[in-house]
Amino acid sequence: MSELVEVVHLTKRYLTNAALSDVSFQLPEGHIMGLLGPNGSGKTTLMKILGGLLYPTSGSVFIDGVQPGIQTKARVSFLPDVNQLNRWMSVGEAGDFFHDFYADFEPQRFEDLLKVMGLTPEQKIGALSKGMIEKARLSLVFARKARLYILDEPFGGLDPLARRQILDALVADFRPDASMIVSTQMVGEVERFFDDVVFLGSGSIVLSGEAEDLRAQRSASIEEIYREVYGHVETRQV
Amino acid sequence: MEFDDKAPIYVQIMDLIKQRIASGELKVGEQLPSVRDLAEQLVVNPNTVQKAYLGLEREGYVATPRGMGTFVTGDRDVADRLRERLARSAVESCVATLRSLGYSPDEIAALAAEAAREVQP
Repeated sequence: MSELVEVVHLTKRYLTNAALSDVSFQLPEGHIMGLLGPNGSGKTTLMKILGGLLYPTSGSVFIDGVQPGIQTKARVSFLPDVNQLNRWMSVGEAGDFFHDFYADFEPQRFEDLLKVMGLTPEQKIGALSKGMIEKARLSLVFARKARLYILDEPFGGLDPLARRQILDALVADFRPDASMIVSTQMVGEVERFFDDVVFLGSGSIVLSGEAEDLRAQRSASIEEIYREVYGHVETRQV
Repeated sequence: MEFDDKAPIYVQIMDLIKQRIASGELKVGEQLPSVRDLAEQLVVNPNTVQKAYLGLEREGYVATPRGMGTFVTGDRDVADRLRERLARSAVESCVATLRSLGYSPDEIAALAAEAAREVQP
């Protein structure tokens, strides 16, 4: 099994404080990785570096053997944690925009995904609810036939039914030649989809491994391990 | 299907399929659903289903002739043997619990006989 993503001694410093310090991990082709951790643990920074939106201070990142840049952006489909769509655009226009921008965008798949999500191309982004915008953004991201999908909190504004719809779409679309990195607070709901998990705390990896191995070793769900790993931090904050 | 997230999911999928073989719902020679179909049905990661199928193959319950899919394999007695093994392990864990509560073998046998008449599947 080949590694699609390799992160080696990655450090990212903003002026004085380190957002990431000495993070290393690998993600094989065809695996879904859960990137877990409380707010401010460095998840978004890590995802932005993988997406080519931020540069590492030191250390390196390889996607398919290449450092993030124009080449990798063509192969990485990134869902940022905030809405990046123009409110004056219609859903269909956003699709056209993506189609112009990304060679791997498949308009037919986009249409199919919109149908599954209950959206139509004519709807204006500005007139959509938060949950519907989330669905439109996910449709755009999954309509690309990318090698790596990076989803930063994809279930934010969604109700349980919509979350389930998206998880179903995710399983139906699974391709053995693609990988996925997902950050989420809905650990319990999504943990069955993770092959691997990385727990970040204050910019460092506090625990990582294959989800099934961690369950077997600790006789606990990933959600329980999450609480175990971060519990003391949260109580200290309260 | 409800999974217990505290235990590896692929082991639970293996157990589910073994149960179906033991009960005769899945017969020798019958084809299992494709990895993707079962993953969609159970709403789990396809890699997890794949891992379960590989485990079943290693234990000799299924075979994967090149590109043909996954089939229940073994001789005619495989279901009986599996059924016996599952029954034995269920009884053993139940007896162990009762022994730790201080019941004697005779008392356990009496309780089991009573339960066998009363408990519905």
